[in-house]
Amino acid sequence: MPFLAVRKPLSKEKRSLVAILSFAIPLMIWSAVSYLPFVWHPLIKVTDAGSVDYFKANMLVPRETFEFEAEKSVSAGLDPPSGLPANPLYLPAPHEVGKALYTAFATEPRRQSEKWLHESLWSSIQVIFWGFILSSMLGIPIGILAGTFDFFSKLFEPFIEFFRYLPAPAFGALAVAILGIYQAPKIAIIFIGTFFQQVLVVANTTRKLDPALLEAGQTLGANNRSLLLKVVIPGILPDLYRDTRILLGWAWTYLIVAELIGTSSGITWFITQQARYKNFDNVYAAIIIIGVLGLFIDFLLAYFGRRFFPWKTT
Amino acid sequence: MIRLKLPDYKYQTEKVKERFSRLKRRSITMEVRNLTKKFQGIDGPVTALKNINLKVHKREFVCVIGPSGCGKSTLIRTLAGLEEATSGEILLDDKVVTKPGPERGMVYQEYTLFPWLTVKKNIMFGLLESGATRSNAESEARQWTSLVGLEKFENHYPSQLSGGMKQRVAIARALANQPKILLMDEPFGALDAQTRAKMQVYLMEIWKNIDITILFITHDLNEAVYLADRVVVLKANPGEIQEIIEVPVPQPRNPSQFITPEFLATKHHIETLIHPKGELKEVDNLNLVRMVNVKSDIGDVF
Repeated sequence: MPFLAVRKPLSKEKRSLVAILSFAIPLMIWSAVSYLPFVWHPLIKVTDAGSVDYFKANMLVPRETFEFEAEKSVSAGLDPPSGLPANPLYLPAPHEVGKALYTAFATEPRRQSEKWLHESLWSSIQVIFWGFILSSMLGIPIGILAGTFDFFSKLFEPFIEFFRYLPAPAFGALAVAILGIYQAPKIAIIFIGTFFQQVLVVANTTRKLDPALLEAGQTLGANNRSLLLKVVIPGILPDLYRDTRILLGWAWTYLIVAELIGTSSGITWFITQQARYKNFDNVYAAIIIIGVLGLFIDFLLAYFGRRFFPWKTT
Repeated sequence: MIRLKLPDYKYQTEKVKERFSRLKRRSITMEVRNLTKKFQGIDGPVTALKNINLKVHKREFVCVIGPSGCGKSTLIRTLAGLEEATSGEILLDDKVVTKPGPERGMVYQEYTLFPWLTVKKNIMFGLLESGATRSNAESEARQWTSLVGLEKFENHYPSQLSGGMKQRVAIARALANQPKILLMDEPFGALDAQTRAKMQVYLMEIWKNIDITILFITHDLNEAVYLADRVVVLKANPGEIQEIIEVPVPQPRNPSQFITPEFLATKHHIETLIHPKGELKEVDNLNLVRMVNVKSDIGDVF
């Protein structure tokens, strides 16, 4: 089987290979930019200042400035400075970020009031968790009702359609005014960002249930309540689960905005703080951790999904 | 078929005649009175069914046949209560029915089993809805699974069954509610010819041994004549009853009757009702220019 066959699955080995490539290619590009001196490297890291009085060792200067100063010293018959090509601070090399993945956790906070990375992460996870749980507790039942009964669809959906176009961060100031400056307004932003989409997505999923199954239920004597509890809900459960997985991903994307509201906290606080100290390796490490955490949770949910719905795959 | 000398489809042997007279003395399970169904089409209302009058006797097997678009499915869906009649009445044991209910079992062409329930639990669904206790429902469901020969599969999910097996479960599920009438909408339409023949024999067996009246929609002439006591022939635009035919083929039926004169005569008659002579219009003819290359190795398939 060739690599490119229209809508034909790849063999198992090829699939793994391509999946590895999907991570390896960006990593290779990053490595090339970081380790090959002739790729990009717009700055020069000074190793010896020579006769240039304002140069210092380990200073980063633009290439043009360096060359200009070097020529100037040579024509003046003085010691020229020496240096190596370098990238800006904001682009650390892969191995630096790799190291930071560990050191970021092990570095003691600069001030006593500040948090360790794992504490910041835990705070972020809590915000996501509560925001998403609250949204789901309301959004899923309303979505199912709207997808089952036209009455609820017409009652809820027009308003929700309007509301979902309002950007969640726009409610930041309001959320702080109402809920204070700590976790509550952040949870509220995650809620606002998730809930309205969730109702519409769940309602759509519910509407996609094969109507013949509902009719079959009716001819077997099911009333409205039974149709809802014994046909609609079990019937849409696998799709609902899949929707929830996708929506959880959306909730994560609201995290950074949510955490900037009120007192900055969680992983966002860590990132902004580290950027302020110019520890960009830690910034990248934190961003990667968010990605890995999200991917891990999704894998976990996918794994359980296959367990929960044996009738779907067989 | 046409060249054979066939008897009149109305001719019945004494035995068949006697059976029909007994059949007509039975109580009426389902009566349809002046049923009309109109839909709102793109260019104004469309009459899908017009003045349907039909009496189905207890334990009778009635087939409904007609050209495509004659409203067969609309008819059975209206009888099941899934569609609302525009006018007219449907009576079940002399009582007017308007909504779907367990006393009218329904089997569709698409299997409509609940994919998240095992075979046994699918059959238990209706029993539990009618208020049976879990243990009663379970033991009854067991009996039904064994009646349709699927004991070994009672804990399988529908996706693990073949088409024929799924349809057997669907029939058992509908029968478990002990309906007064079983409404079947082209139930074997999606099955291959062999499975279909097997399922027909199956259904006849069930019909013989269980107190059930059957109304069966099909577009297959053989199936209609083979299964039915009476065949209701519909015509399209609007869907009206063209004729109700008493099938002169003696009961009990078996596949060897497919080539008996009375079988062929009935089939031929229904055929002419559904596809009257000269119906094939010019529009139906292919308009092919010669597409085969003159130099083709094989210039003529004959």
